[in-house]
Amino acid sequence: MTLDDILASLFPKGHEIRNDKGVLLGSATLRRGDKMLVLGVADRTALGVDEAIRLSGHVLESIGLASGPILVLVDSDSQRMSKRDELLGLNEFLAHLAKVLIHADINGRPTIGLLYGHSAAGALLATGLATRVLVGLPGAHPAVMDLPSMAKVTKLSMEALEEKAKSTPVFAPGLSNLVQMGAVHTTWSNDSSLADQLEALLADMPAARDQRDALGKARGGRLKAADIAERVRDLALQAR
Amino acid sequence: MEDLRFEHSVRTRAGGTRQSAIVGVVASGNLEVLVERVLPDAECAIEIRTAAVGFGEVWTAVIGDFVDRYSPGGLRFSINDGGARPDTVSLRLAQAVRSITENGQ
Amino acid sequence: MTAPFKDITLTERACSTSFYESSARTRLELLLDAGSFVEFIGPEQREVSPHLKIFDLPEQFDDGIVVGHGRLDGSPVFVAAQEGRFMGGAFGEVHGAKLTGLLRAARQIASIPVLILFDTGGVRLQEANAGELAIAEIMRAVMEARSAGVKVVGLIGGRSGCYGGGGLTAGCCSALAVSEPGRIAVSGPEVIETNRGVEEFDSRDRALVWRTMGGKHRRLLGAADVFADDNVQDFREAALELLGLIGPFGLDSLKAEQERLADRLSRYGACLDAVDIWAAEGIAHAESVPELPSDQFITLAERIGRTNRDAR
Repeated sequence: MTLDDILASLFPKGHEIRNDKGVLLGSATLRRGDKMLVLGVADRTALGVDEAIRLSGHVLESIGLASGPILVLVDSDSQRMSKRDELLGLNEFLAHLAKVLIHADINGRPTIGLLYGHSAAGALLATGLATRVLVGLPGAHPAVMDLPSMAKVTKLSMEALEEKAKSTPVFAPGLSNLVQMGAVHTTWSNDSSLADQLEALLADMPAARDQRDALGKARGGRLKAADIAERVRDLALQAR
Repeated sequence: MEDLRFEHSVRTRAGGTRQSAIVGVVASGNLEVLVERVLPDAECAIEIRTAAVGFGEVWTAVIGDFVDRYSPGGLRFSINDGGARPDTVSLRLAQAVRSITENGQ
Repeated sequence: MTAPFKDITLTERACSTSFYESSARTRLELLLDAGSFVEFIGPEQREVSPHLKIFDLPEQFDDGIVVGHGRLDGSPVFVAAQEGRFMGGAFGEVHGAKLTGLLRAARQIASIPVLILFDTGGVRLQEANAGELAIAEIMRAVMEARSAGVKVVGLIGGRSGCYGGGGLTAGCCSALAVSEPGRIAVSGPEVIETNRGVEEFDSRDRALVWRTMGGKHRRLLGAADVFADDNVQDFREAALELLGLIGPFGLDSLKAEQERLADRLSRYGACLDAVDIWAAEGIAHAESVPELPSDQFITLAERIGRTNRDAR
């Protein structure tokens, strides 16, 4: 599905979303007539300082003026890997975008990420992984780290890595692995209206509490994270 | 990775009151030693997981020397080894004994 | 009456111990009040990574992070210290979950600050998906804690720097202290060179690495509030100073940060090198900044350098 197809299926009542060099900014109308703020990264664009500041600005401008949920569409490259971006403090720009999304979410503007293409590393942390519910579309192909880079660092062949990837979701790229880890809450179907699936999700949003570790445990992808976090929390509460 | 285990009878109990201590870090050419006071006074055990496969004889010699020299009775040593040289291993074992025989918790 | 004597020796040790060179455990021992540290899920619990064995790699009993509770000048603090020598201090499933749990407790209590001693290359490759997600959970937990009134301070001066998701997490903290060797960035020099070529970034040019990602640049840019000397005592004093300065967090902080970053982009967005930025900030002889001794640099930074107080 192309971005235009996705937007048409998500928002049959219309939208005002512009794609400016891979940066998506705008809003859309939901079935009942309420508005949804929309932002995102398209066309496998790298997320650098210039893109991030526009995305965070879009969310901040809407706080106080508008209400309703926020949708973050993701088909990005990794963070932009350049001297200029790092020189200017890319870590702050990406963190700021994530912070703005998290702040909005815990203050009455529920956030949904829609991963419909690629994404990786810092770009995924600042967008989809900074939302309350991250949804995957069939065909999405996130790669936290790509296998060739991993082969280089681990000094293992691609074949050996692919073999290992069959037995664990913990390192290899792919949507299903992120689902199993609890990073992607649910996968939508391309065969039915995305608007129906969006409305169903909005009608039944989980609480604004991070439940990804519990999801990862229930799905068998991350067996230790939830328990370790819970044990440390308990010990810390006793220690004060 | 290779697992090795050594058990020795020793003359005397290690001094001090601490129950456990940890020294070192797992990195290339380095190792961590976790030492715990969990065994009867006349026993000592050393468990090793090492990234350098096939050095059992070297370990046997290093551990033998260490036990003779320090008589670490009552102590269990658990080692994660990133491929350290024998002198580094001896140093870390000695540091581990020193740490647990200090007074404190 | 041996306590005062013991304290003096601890302070002396903290002054003469390089933060960069020391282990996570030594940093905590010398950073906190003498004997006050209590660890949660210590190495004797052997909660190692369940994933490294897939790659036939050695584990570490604490999975490369030490978390717990202690006192700083008598007041309670939660602390987390990454061990930069074990797997580059990278975030794995267990490693990350310990920090997440600590931040969740801090949020619940809402009055005890958290100190994070970063020393990390980012996501641990061998468990990349778990590590990435752990960082996402930590970032969320930092922001939830800050929203509940918790001060979260990052201390950066370790050999692995603060890269990848570590850099993003640092960007979520209430305030940062950094030393000259403490680099903060997203992509590491080698990653940029591998992906974009040596013309874009020559990772072997160490001077370039330091002036693009190092502590001095981050302080002058306003990415970090305090510049610390490379010893544990200076980081202790920096942490105390920052805890005294941090104000409340809210929407206004984020609006101020948006303005601060947009302003940076418009002022320095066309600069090709850190020296150009420093010169544009009004520093005479900007090219000599890397050689400045700490005391002179701190004087300069306090005169020229930007701060991000209440704007992050």
